[in-house]
Amino acid sequence: MAGGYGVNIDDTVQVQMNTYRVALAYWKRGGVDVRIGAVLIGGGIVGAGLGSMLFKLLQSLGQIDVTINIIYVVFLGTIGGLMLREALAALAAQKAGQVAPTRMRARNPLVTSLPFKMRYSDSGLFISPLAPLLLGIATGVLTAIMGIGGGFIIVPALIYVLGMPAKMVVGTSLFQIIFVTAVTTLLHSVQSQTVDIVLAILLLAGGVIGAQFGVQAAQKLPPERLRLFLALIVLAVAARVAYGLTVAPSELFTIYAA
Amino acid sequence: MSRLLALALIWLACTAAAPVKLITDISQSRIDIIYTFKGAELLVFGAIQYANGQVPDEPPGLAVVMRGPAEPVTVRKKARVAGIWVNTRSARFESAPGFYAVATSKPIAKLVDQRTATIWEIGVDSLQLSPTGNATPAETEEFEHGLIDLRRRNGLFAEHEGAVGISQNILYRARIAIPSSVPVGSYTAQIFLIKNGEVIAQSTSPIEIDKSGFERWVFVAAHNHSLAYGLAAVAAALLAGWGAGLVVRRT
Repeated sequence: MAGGYGVNIDDTVQVQMNTYRVALAYWKRGGVDVRIGAVLIGGGIVGAGLGSMLFKLLQSLGQIDVTINIIYVVFLGTIGGLMLREALAALAAQKAGQVAPTRMRARNPLVTSLPFKMRYSDSGLFISPLAPLLLGIATGVLTAIMGIGGGFIIVPALIYVLGMPAKMVVGTSLFQIIFVTAVTTLLHSVQSQTVDIVLAILLLAGGVIGAQFGVQAAQKLPPERLRLFLALIVLAVAARVAYGLTVAPSELFTIYAA
Repeated sequence: MSRLLALALIWLACTAAAPVKLITDISQSRIDIIYTFKGAELLVFGAIQYANGQVPDEPPGLAVVMRGPAEPVTVRKKARVAGIWVNTRSARFESAPGFYAVATSKPIAKLVDQRTATIWEIGVDSLQLSPTGNATPAETEEFEHGLIDLRRRNGLFAEHEGAVGISQNILYRARIAIPSSVPVGSYTAQIFLIKNGEVIAQSTSPIEIDKSGFERWVFVAAHNHSLAYGLAAVAAALLAGWGAGLVVRRT
């Protein structure tokens, strides 16, 4: 779950920095499935290209802002809701003195039915490479349109759809995000000159400072509390964007060059 | 002697052919936009050179028009669709100036008639925005209104009626405020001398507004060397991540 949820293109640059830092730590621990990661990256780069074209099309139709906002509401609302449910269940179980129930490995019929199955020993998976490829494409499209790392989509997808073990999920998703956000940053700077490097450097500086507080908070707070807190933040952002969509705008007219 | 006489005759002939002349200068012919640019104020000033030096008794009518580069724009209007606000209708204008300000010596309606105002584009409502597409006249007017209203409130379109100061019916001056959000490009300052609703003399001066210093350097890099610019952005991100990793390990 790296990165902020702003609608700004500069976020991809910022997401990269946070991601790179954490990914290095996972890499050293052997928590990266390089083969699945490479397939995800391939799909992600294709998806970023598609997403960038879709972005331009929606921009010319004047529907880019509303599309981004609706995707935010749907994804943040869904993910936030799921996180909240899990966190509350974990807290309740803890209070009752039980151990939180461990999840069964996912056996998604859609994934198991795909052809060309291969063995991925790092994750202990026997799946078709088409599954991570399609997942990578979907994440790439969202990265290019929404300016996010895609972590909050790819992490649940790796766990629930591919059935990847949790210890490999974070490292592998960060590994793919670094490459896809780097490619997306390049695409945006070459195609539409929409990377504000000065703003990005200021955000990076803020991110480096803010991360220190995050690390301290993560060490002090119990993980269930932390997840509950994160779920509430995600839901609050979703609610704010949803409210923004329904409230009458202060300006009815907008001017676009060309 | 006869040569001098001939020169004097030519001079007289010239002044008779061009009875009134406007002489203009601007406080700045170039505005540099740097990172701390908060807007500027231009002083447009000059003198009216009357035929044979005969200064009239009543004050002259003057209009100072400053305009930026015209560009095609699409104006979109939001409407409520299934509970959310979405851009629904749009109109296209081929020549909307990025900046337009007019200062006049008296109210525009008293200075020029509608026809003259339209010909010389004196006044925000007389701008020729060149609408295209198949919108009805009423719709075109609605979007034109929206465009003008939005630009007015952003300070990009402005009318300063009565803001041209005149001394001794010869000297004139006008201050025009340039907001910080002004687009870059080649601008012009046009000065119109108006009598009985007609333009009887005019002069035009160019003004360049351009990014400068660090701002310009970044702009040029982003547009002319976009791949290197993108790589630099990625490198900055990776470097910051590496640096943050070092800090985290120490604490």
